[in-house]
Amino acid sequence: MGERIVQINLNGRSVRLKAAPNETLLNVLRQKASATEVKSGCERGDCGACAVIVDGRAVNSCLTLAVQTDGATVTTVRGLGTPEHPHPLQEAFIRLGAAQCGICIPGVLVSLSAFLAERPDASRSEIREAVAGNLCRCTGYQKFVDAAEESRIMEGLE
Amino acid sequence: MLPQTDYVKASSVAHALDMLHQYGTGAAILAGGTDLIVDMRERRREPTMLVDISSVEELAEIDVGTGNIRIGAGVTVAGLAGSAIVQHQLPLVTEVTRHFADYLTRNRATIGGNLANASPGADLVPPLLALNASVVLATAQGERTVDLNDFLVGPRRTLLLWNELVRAIHIPTPVPRGQAYEKLGLRTGGAIAVVSCAVSMDQAGGECRRVRIGLGAVAPRAFRSSEAEQIMEGHMFSSDIAARAAEAAANSSQPISDVRGSAEYRHAMVRALVERALHAAYERSSEPQE
Repeated sequence: MGERIVQINLNGRSVRLKAAPNETLLNVLRQKASATEVKSGCERGDCGACAVIVDGRAVNSCLTLAVQTDGATVTTVRGLGTPEHPHPLQEAFIRLGAAQCGICIPGVLVSLSAFLAERPDASRSEIREAVAGNLCRCTGYQKFVDAAEESRIMEGLE
Repeated sequence: MLPQTDYVKASSVAHALDMLHQYGTGAAILAGGTDLIVDMRERRREPTMLVDISSVEELAEIDVGTGNIRIGAGVTVAGLAGSAIVQHQLPLVTEVTRHFADYLTRNRATIGGNLANASPGADLVPPLLALNASVVLATAQGERTVDLNDFLVGPRRTLLLWNELVRAIHIPTPVPRGQAYEKLGLRTGGAIAVVSCAVSMDQAGGECRRVRIGLGAVAPRAFRSSEAEQIMEGHMFSSDIAARAAEAAANSSQPISDVRGSAEYRHAMVRALVERALHAAYERSSEPQE
């Protein structure tokens, strides 16, 4: 039941963290790796606020144990881009004003960036479906989808 | 906070079975965690040892064998959705993956977990019942295979023993060409089924053959409506016979009233969904073989 050492590649940097078996990736990222950009919402896999990319797959970090991710590559919204070089999706969100209160946005960007990497040719309705696990109570979904489509155009122009 | 527990990452099926043997009934198998971690948080389950099978490669394979398609228990719902074998031979399963929870959950939830958890509304179960699936259990002595219909005992109860592991799902081939799925939820995305229904069938000159009807969320466990199947089996397809079978399916269900709908509503919806699925499956069964 004691703590284990968990080594992950977090946003391009190797970090060693201590985690007990019952600690979720969400809590370890927020409390031990200062990754407070990962938001805590329902903590039962319903809201998607805590979504991160683990080895290429977007998952709810509240349902992932930290000890399961030893050796994994973990990307949070902070790892998608920087203020100087934002991810095309982040740029499109800013341009279209797709963020309202903001609490769901880190998870939304994580879901959409992972989904578009897998399915760059996805239809508009498939993009909508990809954020079905990210609850936005500002009901801003229209602009999420607009921004996702715009980001593909921007990416094509680069 | 999750209850205190211990953790081991299994390297193989044999290793996982060893761990189950060693830790006994306090051990729990952890795959995608989308059910187990939620249960632990809500103190419905407090295992003292988590045996993590999510990196066991031999559980993540989908193979076409002689007389069956074998799907490893660790294949995720996203893995099913992306499998060419599944898309080509089991369109019913591909269809259900689109209605299964949401994108983030599909990346973690596994087919074995969906069966072992045995929720009455588990999305993959009605389609697998309609495809006549069986469940391969790994035991210390080797493997044993049980019909999915027998594997499910009741709500959250299966035939799985404490020292066993769901190893794979077998779907007998050739698979009927006529496959259809209907799920009614309260919303489009991430919905829990109010009623779900899957049908598979073949036909010979309009005569229905090998008709199988799986129903979910309308009884203590997902089940096949043999009453409805018998009405269709060996008869010429017609709207009238589909309506009668749908009525029989509704009468064979034992729905409860809960936050998602009343028993009366579910009864009526079983009839509507089964009728719709029978028509769709029959039309697809008419499609020429590729």
